[in-house]
Amino acid sequence: MARRLDTRQRAVLCQILLLVALCTAGWYFLTNVVDNLLSRRIASGFGFLWREAGFEIGESTLLSASAADSYLKALTVGLLNTFRVALLASTFATLIGGTLGLARLAPNWLLAKIAAGYVELLRNIPLVVQLFFWYAVITESLPAPAEALNPLPGFYLSNRGLAVPIIVTLLPLQIEHPTLNAFNFSGGVVLSPEFTALFLGLALYTAAFIGEIVRAGILAVDRGQYEAAQAQGLSQGQIMRLIILPQALRLIVPPLTSQYLNCIKNSSLAVAIGYPDLVSIANTVINQTGQAIEGVAIIMLVYLTISLTISAAMNFYNRRIALRGART
Amino acid sequence: MIRGTQQLIIAQLLSLLLTAPSYGGPTADGALKKGFIQCGVNTGLAGFAQPDSRGEWRGIDVDLCRAVAAALFGDAKKIRYTPLTAQQRFTALQSGEVDILSRNTTWTFARDAGLGLNFVGVNFYDGQGFMVTKKRNVKSARQLDGAAICVQPGTTTELNLADYFRASKMKFKPVVIEKLEEVLNAYFAGRCDVYTTDISGLIAARVSRAAVAGDHVILPEIISKEPFGPAVRHGDDHWFDIVRWTLFAMIEAEELGITSKNVDQQAQNANPVMQRFLGAKGDFGKMLKLDNRWAFNVIKQVGNYGETFERHLTPLGVDRGINNLWNKGGLMYAPPLR
Repeated sequence: MARRLDTRQRAVLCQILLLVALCTAGWYFLTNVVDNLLSRRIASGFGFLWREAGFEIGESTLLSASAADSYLKALTVGLLNTFRVALLASTFATLIGGTLGLARLAPNWLLAKIAAGYVELLRNIPLVVQLFFWYAVITESLPAPAEALNPLPGFYLSNRGLAVPIIVTLLPLQIEHPTLNAFNFSGGVVLSPEFTALFLGLALYTAAFIGEIVRAGILAVDRGQYEAAQAQGLSQGQIMRLIILPQALRLIVPPLTSQYLNCIKNSSLAVAIGYPDLVSIANTVINQTGQAIEGVAIIMLVYLTISLTISAAMNFYNRRIALRGART
Repeated sequence: MIRGTQQLIIAQLLSLLLTAPSYGGPTADGALKKGFIQCGVNTGLAGFAQPDSRGEWRGIDVDLCRAVAAALFGDAKKIRYTPLTAQQRFTALQSGEVDILSRNTTWTFARDAGLGLNFVGVNFYDGQGFMVTKKRNVKSARQLDGAAICVQPGTTTELNLADYFRASKMKFKPVVIEKLEEVLNAYFAGRCDVYTTDISGLIAARVSRAAVAGDHVILPEIISKEPFGPAVRHGDDHWFDIVRWTLFAMIEAEELGITSKNVDQQAQNANPVMQRFLGAKGDFGKMLKLDNRWAFNVIKQVGNYGETFERHLTPLGVDRGINNLWNKGGLMYAPPLR
């Protein structure tokens, strides 16, 4: 008895020592950084966030910022741009991925092979290469704005992106059409080549992984379930919808969460093709202010918050659909 | 009393034993210890820093680093290069990853005062301009309202651009891409109407990347002053002096008519100015804690400022212009080496 207590005490003592060592190391690094910054007279602190940014941002979601706005607002615009592309890409990746997963299991040989080929091709090429590919396809192959393709009235496709009409007011119905001026289309909504390339790249790449997750989830459902449903006289569609998918979902959701997290983190590759996402804007801010530590801290904090929020939401959903009493 | 003196002497002896012999500041010491200088250069800008077909870095920024190596080691080859993007460059210098930042970097107040670095001088006077395709038929930057403009992030270029359009009450769509290679791809693919950077960069891009160089025109407006200079970290005055006077020595050599070809003859010259400069007399080297023939080595192995300009920038079609010597109508002026 006395010996066991000793072991426990030793363990506690070890933990305390480790904690003290960690804190000391952390404190040492922190003071070291502050000392170095001070001795080299490098500015520090977050005061710069309220200074005028002085640079323009190519596109924005909901909130737009001009050069006269603060660094903080510029970063917010970047964050919203990250949300826009990650949200849309995740949604489409889920739809395409779900379809792929089902297609790989389809009795139709050709369909299954095409789906398998897609998955192998897309997930084995680095995402950044795919982004360059899509960006090159859009900017190199599409015509200049003056010779823009006009597939539908009011829709213009050029190497400046896709310009579409936008509804300004519903009652009375007012539609703003894109018009060509000296250089570019103005009015309406323009989907930029940078956004489109990033969206396509992210959605198609993530879809390949989601397809495999869906396939694995379905295959993991006991074959007996399928046979029993068949014996009940349910149709193929009914079996999928009522029996297999609800059970498969339990297995699909946890790895799916990781894919959503990957998708939002991968959106930071936007830097390569010039989409103004959070990382791209933060990099510019770091360079204009020279405050790298603060800038990187902001990036890390924002991604950590987003990822933990997504995790929490998906875990909540997972608990709701999980088998009661099952270990999750 | 005697005991106290003894202790003092012992302490002094100990401190002599324990501190390494020092040539000067920590940067020069560190370089001598590791045997080379780490030089931060552009990832690839024709005329300033670009690897040639054999993988050798070439350009006037590269030559400056080679000159510092020649001054410190007597060997211009004792150097390693770190290619840096516009966004990486200051952090690389601040953190000590590179000893010199010689990367067509504009000397500005905020950078000098707020980033913990010091610009040692100017090795190229530039200014920002605009390039457009000829068929656009644009004659002036005032006609660029609404244009899509390709620009690299984290540069003074990006800020000047926004300032210029704000002041002119015009709008533009920035297309902001970090890598020079990619931003040029975007411009030449027609993603942007305009490419903006420093005039030297526009000329280099036009020569090295355009299918037909004549298809692209550089507009007459120059919207900023862009003095490029090498920078070093705050807090090492010795290193600052070495880099600064290496640059000045190259400029002074051109003014004195000393070139890599005639430097051996000039060293025999009885002219006291030459003798001091090339280290035959006096002790200028010692003042910098360098070999007395440091300037001789710089000119012999790298050349004077005019030579490096003609080697790297003249072939691209860059005029000497304001980068000529002060007595030839330019701004290049070195304080006297005496």
